[in-house]
Amino acid sequence: MEGSPVSSAPLLELSGVHTHIAAYHILHGVDFAVAEGQVTMLLGRNGAGKTTTLRTIMGLWRASQGDVRFRGQSIRAMATPDIAGLGIAYVPESMGIFSDLTVKENMLLAARSARHAGELDTQRLEWIFGLFPALQKFWLYPAGKLSGGQKQMLAVARAIIEPRALILIDEPSKGLAPSIIQNLIAAFRELKRQRTTVLMVEQNFMMAQALGDQVAVMDDGRVVHRGAMAELAGDEALQQRLLGLSLGAHS
Amino acid sequence: MSIASPTLVAPAGPAAIPKAQFDWRPLALLLALMALALPAIGSPSSWLTLTVAGLAMGLIIFVIASGLTLVFGLMDVLNFGHGVFIALGAFVATTVIGGLEGWAGNSATAQGASVGAACLAAMVVAGGVGWAFERVIVRPVYGLHLKQILITMGGMIVGEEVIKVLWGPQQIALPLPAVLRGSWLIEGIGSGASIEKYRVLAAGIGLLVFAALAWTLNRTKLGLLIRAGVQDREMVESLGYRIRRLFVGVFVTGSALAGLGGVLWGLYQQNVTPQIGAQVNVLIFIVIIIGGLGSTLGCFVGALLVGLMANYTGFLAPKVALFSNIGLMVAVLLWRPQGLYPVTNR
Repeated sequence: MEGSPVSSAPLLELSGVHTHIAAYHILHGVDFAVAEGQVTMLLGRNGAGKTTTLRTIMGLWRASQGDVRFRGQSIRAMATPDIAGLGIAYVPESMGIFSDLTVKENMLLAARSARHAGELDTQRLEWIFGLFPALQKFWLYPAGKLSGGQKQMLAVARAIIEPRALILIDEPSKGLAPSIIQNLIAAFRELKRQRTTVLMVEQNFMMAQALGDQVAVMDDGRVVHRGAMAELAGDEALQQRLLGLSLGAHS
Repeated sequence: MSIASPTLVAPAGPAAIPKAQFDWRPLALLLALMALALPAIGSPSSWLTLTVAGLAMGLIIFVIASGLTLVFGLMDVLNFGHGVFIALGAFVATTVIGGLEGWAGNSATAQGASVGAACLAAMVVAGGVGWAFERVIVRPVYGLHLKQILITMGGMIVGEEVIKVLWGPQQIALPLPAVLRGSWLIEGIGSGASIEKYRVLAAGIGLLVFAALAWTLNRTKLGLLIRAGVQDREMVESLGYRIRRLFVGVFVTGSALAGLGGVLWGLYQQNVTPQIGAQVNVLIFIVIIIGGLGSTLGCFVGALLVGLMANYTGFLAPKVALFSNIGLMVAVLLWRPQGLYPVTNR
């Protein structure tokens, strides 16, 4: 293990997490922590176990060994709705949009405390519309009709419609045009300014560099590096070794 | 702080997303079937009688099948034991209506009340048994389709045998109370169309159930959760909702509706056998496949198509009547392999 340890008190901590999916052993003892109020990037090659890590935290796949602790409490054996109830939001790689429901209905479902659209928090909704104007424009349209970028905006908006302690986001830039990625980066910067804690899986190093405070790099179901994002961004040799890339080629 | 819906800015330009349009074609198919049947039958009065009978039959099938399609859509559970709730409802009706016969006497109000009590009792019993069925039989086989088919079919066989123990293996008559017997004659259409009173009542109940389901699914947060759960169960759980509880609620409601449908079907046939559930099972699976698995509107249109087709072919070509609904299913699936109103993400 290389790099400097995370200095802030961890909001989320994974220690020795193993996950099996059917006969396959995917995670082989994952250790890392997410500090409160920071954006932690989870990087790694395809198949490294990043998505499995997020799904294990969310309880969608059960850790067979090790522990996942949130605010010091073990959530390893908790059901997904209970984990969400602790204030953890999840944006999957597939975005998880309910295509047959309108944008409004998608948002209403994400706002657990609101029984109908009239109970949505106006100020928060206006803040979200400021981040993602397209959602206001297409408020009453079926979400399935939105473009890929707009769906991703809706997926992120659902995660922040109510204040959350931690947001898990899986590859938000996947398949999006550069201009849309810039919009997303601007929105995430605004979240970061508000000290929202985020754990983000990302393949786009430019986005990771722009947003990340801390980084954990995975390979073959293990965390092989953790430390400050700036440290990794400034060390091309380390990037080359861990990720097979160099910042120069991606900035 | 709360707000009404935010101002919707009308999209402009070629990049604007077209407003979602309702797909009318399956409903047009329904109207086309009725229109095509008229010249084939020839007599407008016979056509009207058959059409009302077909719509009533379709609406009864819809009451029975609506729960099954939601159960499949929500939890991916193939419940081949659904028929047992139909049979249970029908047999409970024989007990309640038979038991209240002396009390009801010749009073039309009391006779109507006895049918109402039978419907209520059937729903309570079928719903209760549905709760136990989900807990004991269905819960251990979530996600295992082959085991679901085997164990729910086994559950239906056991259920049928229990019904034989409780009510006996023989056919039991379930005559319509006098207040529901007879027909209204509509003059002026050919030689006069005969519309049976009971079929109008059954159609009314079916429409009420459809309206209640449509309102719940489209106007309440509970309905939103069910619709979302049909599309992506995992995401609903990730948003913090316990979909298992929702599923148990839907399963119990679906079982209760099957019980209600059993009463309506038993009164429609005017007799009840322990095999009634297995017989209707075939029809309801055709209906939910035609409609699109998990789709309530599809189930509604599919049930009406099946009801109309059964009545028209029964009149025009009784020998092919048994095949007609299979033929209808094949034709619909050739046109729309996912059913009339497919559920997205499935």
